[in-house]
Amino acid sequence: MPDDHAAEFAKPPMKKISDVCWEIDTSFKEGMRVPARIYAMKKLLDEMDVGVFEQITNVACLPGIQKHAICMPDGHWGYGFPIGGVAAFDTKTGVISPGGIGFDINCGMRLLRTNLTVDDVRPKLKELVDTLFKAVPAGVGARGAIKLTRAQLRAIMLNGSKWAVENGYGWSEDLDHTEDYGLIKGADPEKVSDKAQTRGIEQLGTLGSGNHYLEIQYVERIFDEELAKKWGIHQPGQICVMFHCGSRGFGHQVATDYLNTFGDAMKRYGISVRDRELACAPFSSKEGQDYFHAMACAANGAFANRQAIASMTRKCFEKVFGRSAEDLDMAQIYDVAHNIAKVEQHEIDGHFKDVVMHRKGATRCFGPHRPELPAVYQPTGQPVIIGGSMETGSFLLVGTEKAMTETFGSTMHGSGRTMSRTKAKHIVRGSELQQQMQKHGIYVRSVSMSGLAEEAGLAYKNLNDVVETMEIAGVSRKVCSLKPLGNIKG
Amino acid sequence: MVSGNFSKKFKFLEEIAIADVAFEAYGTTEMELFENAALAVEETMVNTAGINPKVKKEIEIEADELDKLLFDFLSELVYYKDAEALLFSKFKVNVGKNAKYKLMAEVSGEPFDSSKHELRNDIKAITWHMFKVEQTAKGWKCLIIVDV
Repeated sequence: MPDDHAAEFAKPPMKKISDVCWEIDTSFKEGMRVPARIYAMKKLLDEMDVGVFEQITNVACLPGIQKHAICMPDGHWGYGFPIGGVAAFDTKTGVISPGGIGFDINCGMRLLRTNLTVDDVRPKLKELVDTLFKAVPAGVGARGAIKLTRAQLRAIMLNGSKWAVENGYGWSEDLDHTEDYGLIKGADPEKVSDKAQTRGIEQLGTLGSGNHYLEIQYVERIFDEELAKKWGIHQPGQICVMFHCGSRGFGHQVATDYLNTFGDAMKRYGISVRDRELACAPFSSKEGQDYFHAMACAANGAFANRQAIASMTRKCFEKVFGRSAEDLDMAQIYDVAHNIAKVEQHEIDGHFKDVVMHRKGATRCFGPHRPELPAVYQPTGQPVIIGGSMETGSFLLVGTEKAMTETFGSTMHGSGRTMSRTKAKHIVRGSELQQQMQKHGIYVRSVSMSGLAEEAGLAYKNLNDVVETMEIAGVSRKVCSLKPLGNIKG
Repeated sequence: MVSGNFSKKFKFLEEIAIADVAFEAYGTTEMELFENAALAVEETMVNTAGINPKVKKEIEIEADELDKLLFDFLSELVYYKDAEALLFSKFKVNVGKNAKYKLMAEVSGEPFDSSKHELRNDIKAITWHMFKVEQTAKGWKCLIIVDV
C-alpha cells in the first residue's frame, strides 16, 4: 500500500434514513452520546474517505452534543472534526473545540454581482485579471497595501466589516449583505496573543494560498428565476465576482494558541478525547470563554479582510471599465462564514435552546424568518455561496425551513477534495493546466504553478452531486450556477 | 509502519493528507531530525535552493516532551513567515534534556520575494494530526501534517 499510513478503520454499519442521509448508531463506538449522520448520495458515500466516519463519530462523543453529529456531502477528513462537520453543544453542559472551527477562523465566501455580461468582459479579461492580481496580494505570507497600527487592528477585532466600511473600504449596504452583518459579538482583544497580532497586522486585504482564490464568473444557468431576480441576477451570462479567503495568519495563530491551552485545560476538567486535535473545553469555563472571545476577534478580522478585498475588486473594475462601481451595479449578494462557532437558538426536543454551533467546512443556510437575517432576506431565506474547483464552477443557493430541523440550518461549503495535493501535482503540471484552461477561455494568474496544479478539477468531487445531495435533502435549493472566466490565486 | 528511507532528509507523502501536506523527515540524531523536518516545512512553502541564508534568527524553546519541542519549533518557523516575511534554508539545531527538553537553534534565510523565489503553499499551522516522533533501529523519524 502506498505510504502505508492510510485506512486503519473500516466503514461503520449505517442505517438509511433517506436516499441522501445515513445514520451511525451510538452502539458503534463506546462513548458516543448521539448518533452521527452523513448526508451524501450513495455514490458520494461510497467514495467518502474512512477518516470521515472515524472523526464524525469521535465528535459524537463530545460532552453536551445535541441531536446528531453531522457531516456534509463534501466531507473529508480534517483535524479533530472532519471538514464538513456540524455539531451543536449545549451552552451550559457542552464544549467548544477549535478543531470544530478550523485553523482558518471564519474562512468564507463572498459574492458580488455586476450588470456586465460575458461579451463586455471577454475583450478586457486579461487586463482585468492582471489588474486584480496586482491589487489583491496572494500567496505565501502575502502582505497587504493597507498599513495598520495596533490600535486599528484592535478596532478591526471589535468591529469587523464595520471598521472597513467606516474607513473607506466598501459600501454601508455591504454590511446588511454579510452574515451577522460582518461582526461577531463578544470579541475581546485582550484574549488574543501578541504573536497572533504580529502575524496578522500586515495581511489585511490579502488572499492567502491553498484553495483561496478570487474568480470572475458568469451566470451559467438560473434555477429559480423569481428569486434570482430579487437578488439582482437577471440572465445567464451576467458577470459576478466570487472570492474565498479567511483570517490569514492572525486566525491561524489564535487557533494554534488555544489548541495548546486546551490540551492542559482538558486534564483539569477531566475530559478525554480520542484525538489531540479534538481538544476542547467546557463552553462556560474560563478557557472556553477566552477562546470564544479570541475566535470572535479573528472572525471579525476575516470579515474586514473580505470587505477590503471587495473594495479593491470594485476599484479594479472601475479602472478597467472606466465606470463607477455603482454604475456597474457591483452590489454584494452575500458573505458567508464556513469555519466558525457561534451561539444560536435551535429547536431541540420541542423547545428552543441556546447552543454553541460549530460549522467546519459547512455553511449556515437559514430559511425564511430567522431573526438573524436582514430584512431583505427575511422572506426568502439566506443566500448560500458554494465555491467549486476552478474547472467545475460554483453555485448560489438559498437556505430552507427544512434546514432548521434537519441540520441546524447548515449545508455544505464546496465540492470537497478527493486527492492529496502532493499526488495532484504529480499528475498535473501547473503550466499545462493554465494553458488548458486558457483554451477553455479561462484566464488564470497564480503566484505558484505547483499550487495551481494542486487545485486541478480532478482532485475534487463532482460539485453537482454534492449540491444535488442537499437539494434532495431539502436543506438548500439551487438559485443559479456560475462558471469561471478568470481566476487569481496564491 | 513505514520503512523509513534514511538516505533522504524528508519525503512528501501522497496518500494521507487530502487537503493538506504530509511529510516524513529522518535523521541519525534528534538534532538532524529537527533540521530535516524544518527543511521540509520550508520546502512546503518555497524552493529553498533559492533562499539565501543571509538573515539569522535564534530560537530557544522548552517543552516537557520531545514531540511538543518539535511541534513548537516548527510552529515558530511558520510564525516568522507571517510576522517578518522570512523563509529559511539553513538550520543548526541543538536539543538537550535536563528537567525539560530544551532546543537552541540558529536558522538562516531571507525575506521572500515572489518575483525571485519559487513560492509554493502558505502553511497555516503545524497540526497534531497523526503527529509522530520515533526512534528506530536506523535512527529518528517523524510524521507531520501541516495545514495549508
